[in-house]
Amino acid sequence: MIDLTEEQIHRYSRHILLKDVGVEGQEKIMNARVLVVGAGGLGAPVSLYLAAAGIGRIGIVDADVVDLSNLQRQVIHFTKDIGVAKVKSAKEKIQAINPDVKVDTYYEFLDSSNALDIIKEYDFIVDGTDNFPVKFLINDACVMAGKPFSHGGILRFNGQTFTHLPGTACYRCMFQGPPPAGVVPTCSQAGVLGAIAGMLGTIQAAETLKYFTGVGELLTNRLLTFDAKTMQFLTVNVKHRDSCEICGSNPSIDHLIDYEQPACELKKH
Amino acid sequence: MAKITVNGEVQEVQLPLTLTELIKQNNVEQPEMVSVQVNEEFADRTEWDGIQIKDGDSVDFLYFMGGGSAIDN
Ligand SMILES: [Zn+2]
Repeated sequence: MIDLTEEQIHRYSRHILLKDVGVEGQEKIMNARVLVVGAGGLGAPVSLYLAAAGIGRIGIVDADVVDLSNLQRQVIHFTKDIGVAKVKSAKEKIQAINPDVKVDTYYEFLDSSNALDIIKEYDFIVDGTDNFPVKFLINDACVMAGKPFSHGGILRFNGQTFTHLPGTACYRCMFQGPPPAGVVPTCSQAGVLGAIAGMLGTIQAAETLKYFTGVGELLTNRLLTFDAKTMQFLTVNVKHRDSCEICGSNPSIDHLIDYEQPACELKKH
Repeated sequence: MAKITVNGEVQEVQLPLTLTELIKQNNVEQPEMVSVQVNEEFADRTEWDGIQIKDGDSVDFLYFMGGGSAIDN
């Protein structure tokens, strides 16, 4: 365990004041290692809040550089960062918020060749990506490695999230495999209200902190969706599916799969 | 008329009704982008045509969410 310095007690005083967290919970947060996949719309608020909370080590995976069109929602990146690797831009902000946090950057795509190697270094994974191939890859890799993770997806005015712990429902339990490429909204159809990313990302950050502190009930075996147009939140109970292709009793998937990624027409580079 | 629950809201429907027909009635634009549970059991899409809705059933539509915003592929 860590002995908190006076400065840390001051910095984290609003956590420590919470009876459910306290010094003990804060120490758990400071010992935690979290991997955030994607330093975009979801990864931005997730990383900012986890950094502020004092997560000991944050890994960030992203192969992209900051584009002007990202700034509408990816609040960890600033106008001056256009053209800079997102992992570098994100690391700079995390360390400016909280120099206690160690940051590992992976300036690469997560795929079947590196996913298990990267994931094994962390206690909890946050899916901040927004394409189905990587979502299934993260799911499968976490199930295989026995790692808990937070799933997140946003589209237009809607968000969706659940938390997986070994043994609870996984993404494939709910959605067997990626939708056919032809029906996935392309970037031009798939706008998103910027603040939706913040709404969903902060739920994922809260779940991460709940996981480490053991506070409350995680979003396991429940899929939370919301529609910001009506501000209606809906939680659907979901079950671990025994016929699940990856976590069922007789899994048919025994290796990681790189699904085809539908190309986006919006990209101008 | 039968009373069923769809995503937490009560609906009155005329039986007989298959799951495929219920999906159509609910204006699900892209059935390929939805996963369906009946009474909290996942319904394989190859079996939707053969599933008969019963009075009191609880049906959940789970939508795929994502597609080109967080990471600008
Ligand atoms: Zn599963």
